[in-house]
Amino acid sequence: MKWFEDIAVGENFELGSHAFDAEEIVAFAKLYDPQPFHLSEEAGRASLFGGLSASGWHTSAIFMRLLVSKFASLAAERAARGEETPSFGPSPGFEDMKWPRPVLVGDRVTYRTEVIAKRIVESRPGWGLTSMHNEGRNQNEALVFAFKSHVFVPLRPSP
Amino acid sequence: MTDVLLAFEDFQVGQIHDLGSKTVDRDELLAFARSYDPQPMHLDEEAAKASLLGGLAASGWHAGAMFMRLLYDGLLAKTRSFGAPGIDKLAWKRPVRPGDTLHAVAEVVATRVSKGRPDLGIVGFRFLVTNALGETVMTVEHSIFIQTRAHGDITV
Repeated sequence: MKWFEDIAVGENFELGSHAFDAEEIVAFAKLYDPQPFHLSEEAGRASLFGGLSASGWHTSAIFMRLLVSKFASLAAERAARGEETPSFGPSPGFEDMKWPRPVLVGDRVTYRTEVIAKRIVESRPGWGLTSMHNEGRNQNEALVFAFKSHVFVPLRPSP
Repeated sequence: MTDVLLAFEDFQVGQIHDLGSKTVDRDELLAFARSYDPQPMHLDEEAAKASLLGGLAASGWHAGAMFMRLLYDGLLAKTRSFGAPGIDKLAWKRPVRPGDTLHAVAEVVATRVSKGRPDLGIVGFRFLVTNALGETVMTVEHSIFIQTRAHGDITV
């Protein structure tokens, strides 16, 4: 999307929002996280979450979809201006992922990301590593999702 | 025959639980990437070869989701689990390729009873996901809320 050198700590992006419906929550859970509270309203009500709730992996996957979509549109804008648009990634991992409140049926989650650190990676010539704080808030502005991620970004090639 | 669900009291530091295996299907890999992580390195063989992944590889989120399924089938389905508060740490160590067979194990690293909810325990786990060559592809650390036996056994 951008070269490592062009990324500034503090840059942040709103990634858009997603409304979670019951059908999609259950479909994801059936494939990857079939705990009862992700499969039925009744089991959800009997759980700590108080209702049918999305798997935390589902909340994460939607974050990734919105991130990829946002960066694709930023890349398209750069390309339209005739600027180079290098590809990011992959990521070596993440820390401190929290699901402080459940994502319940009908919740609309708005996601944001902010660059919090960047460094050159000695072991991978030509690449830097940027770190981000990412979060998702529901329609009441309550935090439902947060984590710190890292992604490899290419350095600007020497002329 | 009935089985008694595992309760908090059944988990001790140092225990290893085998979570079983899963072979990564190419169509599933592509379907997940199209739905949630449509980057060329997860969708296109040529683009993937040119990336740091060196060939078509699953989205890390797909690897995580497949691990979650192993955790459910291998442990949570027979446990009085109340879910997890988050993930302390996850590392993607090696690419997950179509056809790879992933194997996961869970090690218990901490146990304590919740202060606010004495009928709930908090069990800390370290998970290791390996491929058929025995190489580590992913490590995950997180806790799971597990009900105590305060109200007796639950059978299924």
